[in-house]
Amino acid sequence: MKALTLILGREIRLALRQIGDSAIIVLFFVLAAVLFPFGVGPEPNMLARMAPGGVWVTALLAAMLSFERLFTPDYEDGSLEQLALGPAPLEMVALAKAAAHWLTTGLPLMIAAPLIAVLYRLPDAGYGALLITMALGTPTISLIGTIGAALTLGSRRGGVLLSLLVIPLIVPVLIFGTAAIDAAIGGFPVRQHLMLMGGFLLGALVLTPLATAAALCQALE
Amino acid sequence: MIQQYANPARFNRLAKTLMPWFAWPAGILIVTGLYFALFNSPPDYQQGDTVRIMYVHVPAAWMALFVYTSMAISSAVGLIWKHPLAHLSAQAAAPIGACFTFICLLTGSLWGKPMWGTWWVWDARLTSVLILFFLYLGFMALHNAFDDPARGERSAAILAIIGFINVPIIKFSVDWWNTLHQPASVVKMSGPAIHSSMLYPLFMMAIGFTLYFGALLLLRMKTLMLVRRACGMSMAQLHQQAAE
Repeated sequence: MKALTLILGREIRLALRQIGDSAIIVLFFVLAAVLFPFGVGPEPNMLARMAPGGVWVTALLAAMLSFERLFTPDYEDGSLEQLALGPAPLEMVALAKAAAHWLTTGLPLMIAAPLIAVLYRLPDAGYGALLITMALGTPTISLIGTIGAALTLGSRRGGVLLSLLVIPLIVPVLIFGTAAIDAAIGGFPVRQHLMLMGGFLLGALVLTPLATAAALCQALE
Repeated sequence: MIQQYANPARFNRLAKTLMPWFAWPAGILIVTGLYFALFNSPPDYQQGDTVRIMYVHVPAAWMALFVYTSMAISSAVGLIWKHPLAHLSAQAAAPIGACFTFICLLTGSLWGKPMWGTWWVWDARLTSVLILFFLYLGFMALHNAFDDPARGERSAAILAIIGFINVPIIKFSVDWWNTLHQPASVVKMSGPAIHSSMLYPLFMMAIGFTLYFGALLLLRMKTLMLVRRACGMSMAQLHQQAAE
């Protein structure tokens, strides 16, 4: 547990020193989201209809960009090896990395999401669901993304390959995230969608550190 | 017992003996199965002759899942027991499985156009099979992404095991969600809901496809081993030249 907080503290200090890295991801999120109205036209009803999906898809793409740097610096300067040699289990390191990624990328994306939703004229009933699905979905994405980052560590064409691996695995989060927002806008119950997303998060919390640790382990072999 | 076949020469001998036992029955079953499927089975009372697409579509879909499962199992064996042939078998199976998945998607699409009026719908079964296809592609891409082949095969093995979560989702997607795709009608508790005149050609095709996969897997594993040996030999030659 102490290792978890120590690694988390270190990651956050590093992220704060290079605050630009997180800012760029959020900036990409906003810019990519702004492209949609240009592409499909500014008609308000159409934008409102595609608001839940537009926000979620662009948030996912922005998150994809951030995974490549998750382990690479530590891998290159050897601190990942030191972490692996240390007393803390690799699973704990993986969990701490995912938590740090969420705090430095997922949380800013979540805060920026309602802003994008305003640009898309999301109906008022959707904002609560948007925030809750983001709160449940972005940590799941961070957890699954750490597996992809660990698997592609040291590969050629890391970034594109990482997206190819991670995107199929996070499709369920996208489906139920947008379904919950649509249900909230239409006045239908959102509970079952949110419970499924909570289930994904809990499952990912237990299983992904094991997979990430296995991937890191063989990357360092 | 499996450790015995870690020796490539011994595996080669086994493959040589097994090959005709897979290849010939596969050819015979697929040819006779196709004859029964195309000419000697009744058209469906609703779907007419388009039902004949089923005899390729359904076995291809079964194979897509079967090959992925075999790939995940051999990946796990490779990671746990460090069995050299296990990774090779996963590597050899991936493109075959991807082709079966593609055939399944393609024939499904051709079948969907006359029956549902559309090439594609975003229902749970179709989407999860599409994801399976992407998992196969991801496996192959990850396998080739590293300068060190051993690193690539271990990374890809972990991905194959993670992706296995999709297999039960595909199987049960038609029960868990309301889908346009029909629910299972052959493998179910109350017995198959298809008449035997259609069931026999279907089983012939399914067994034929499975044996065909076995033959192709053995062939691809042998080829991959030869490619590796050729690579090793040319590397050794280069070293020798450099030393001189």
